[in-house]
Amino acid sequence: MKNLVILGAGTAGTMMLNKLNKELDKNEWKITIVDQHKTHYYQPGFLFIPFGIYKKHDVIKPKYDFFPAGVDVIFSPIDKILGEENKVYLEGGQVLNYDFLIIATGTQTYPSLTPGLKDKLWYKDIFDFYTIEGALALHNRLKDFEGGDLVMCIPELPYKCPVAPIEFVCLAEAYFKERGIRDKVNITYVTLMSGAFTKPIASKMLGDLLEEKNIKVVPDFYLEHVDNENKKIVSYDEQEIHFDILTIVPVNMGSEMIKRSSLGDDMNYVKTNKFTLQSDQFENIFVIGDAANLPTSKAGSVAHFAGEILMENILAAMEGRPLPAKFDGHANCYIETGYGKGALIDFNYVTEPLPGTFPLPGIGPFGLLKNTKMNHYGKVLFRWIYWHILLKGKELPIEADMSMAGKKSI
Amino acid sequence: MAEKTIAGTQVKVTEDGYLEDMTQWNEEIAREIAKEIGIELTDKHFEVINYLREKTFAKEALTIRSVGKSGIVDIKQLYALFPKGPLKFSSKIAGIPKPTSCI
Repeated sequence: MKNLVILGAGTAGTMMLNKLNKELDKNEWKITIVDQHKTHYYQPGFLFIPFGIYKKHDVIKPKYDFFPAGVDVIFSPIDKILGEENKVYLEGGQVLNYDFLIIATGTQTYPSLTPGLKDKLWYKDIFDFYTIEGALALHNRLKDFEGGDLVMCIPELPYKCPVAPIEFVCLAEAYFKERGIRDKVNITYVTLMSGAFTKPIASKMLGDLLEEKNIKVVPDFYLEHVDNENKKIVSYDEQEIHFDILTIVPVNMGSEMIKRSSLGDDMNYVKTNKFTLQSDQFENIFVIGDAANLPTSKAGSVAHFAGEILMENILAAMEGRPLPAKFDGHANCYIETGYGKGALIDFNYVTEPLPGTFPLPGIGPFGLLKNTKMNHYGKVLFRWIYWHILLKGKELPIEADMSMAGKKSI
Repeated sequence: MAEKTIAGTQVKVTEDGYLEDMTQWNEEIAREIAKEIGIELTDKHFEVINYLREKTFAKEALTIRSVGKSGIVDIKQLYALFPKGPLKFSSKIAGIPKPTSCI
């Protein structure tokens, strides 16, 4: 009997578990999945919690609901991977031997890495919406907010779901308008990037959108610390911005376990071949989702597209064949923009987001880099797709490789 | 892509003025690019620039945070050396590609 071990039962790990469970011969392979938490969070839903659009029960399910029968499930923190010995050490001393290993331990937020962030204003006037606790605390604070400076700050790259902060300020703008206090709130979008987004065409489109909504963009702001006394964020070159409510994307890093295993870069993301998804160090270790140091977005859609590539490659590696598939960095992100509308971007390692229609050229139904009602429905529908299709490793009618069909070159 | 003469040397540059080929770089080119930006290069600048070039040769991605941990400068000093664009300007002067923010 050979062992396949999957570390992490989030979006990427659960999806791979279900895909491979269907493919592998049960008489030949034993599959084990390890995670320290028992609850699966629908993370794209966190964004809607501050505005009361989703409640906590809308975004949680037990992880067990998504594990197929016959798979070994271990709920435990992981101590480290010993690649030379093909072993995983769990906290508490248990040792797992593997023939193949998939790392899907994701990325985590580390608010303590920014001085003054996790201080006396944390969850009083300073919030993240990347955790259920932060999103719920922010909901309570926004309910009673009567006006002032709302600041959204992005202090470091990379971070999970690069469009979420843009969606947050758009939804906040609509929320304040609905409550009749929009004229009493200044919304500022502060980023270390040179514009609203990195890639030029999307940055322009999204920057214009924020301007239309009277949301101020402050680019090139690299956060050094938060001044709790004066309620200011201060950059390394001493720019200061006042806030009454600060929402922040805390610095993202990979799991500490990756560092203990000496498999990562300086942000603890696993050094991964960006085409084959194989670890740079060990041929029998593959990496999927946010845990990898791929130069593309950290997002569920990337994990989904990469999943198909990983599946082909790991099956080939198991049979001793050369790896056939190459990942192109495909990402596809719905962007909620408020008032029942949304935008959509589709891109990869080399092609930046372009305008057009998706997935069918000329038809859509979704408009790329356009603000439409249909795109919003796509996002709403996605929660159902996530629970029922994506996590269960079923096929979606979208190709893993990005397609230029339907896109307009600029 | 365009050809440009910097400090008497013909080099290929991108639209934003970054060198296409980092092996075409020399210290005189660095000084002239820096001058255009408004920076007078000191030994400390060159320590940072050489570090950036070494890391780029080794195909390691650079971030402001990682340069801050290099032991050569901390982030505040990096800002003091290359005001307004610690990584953008230092990369341009070092003749390496424009830093990509992976997003």
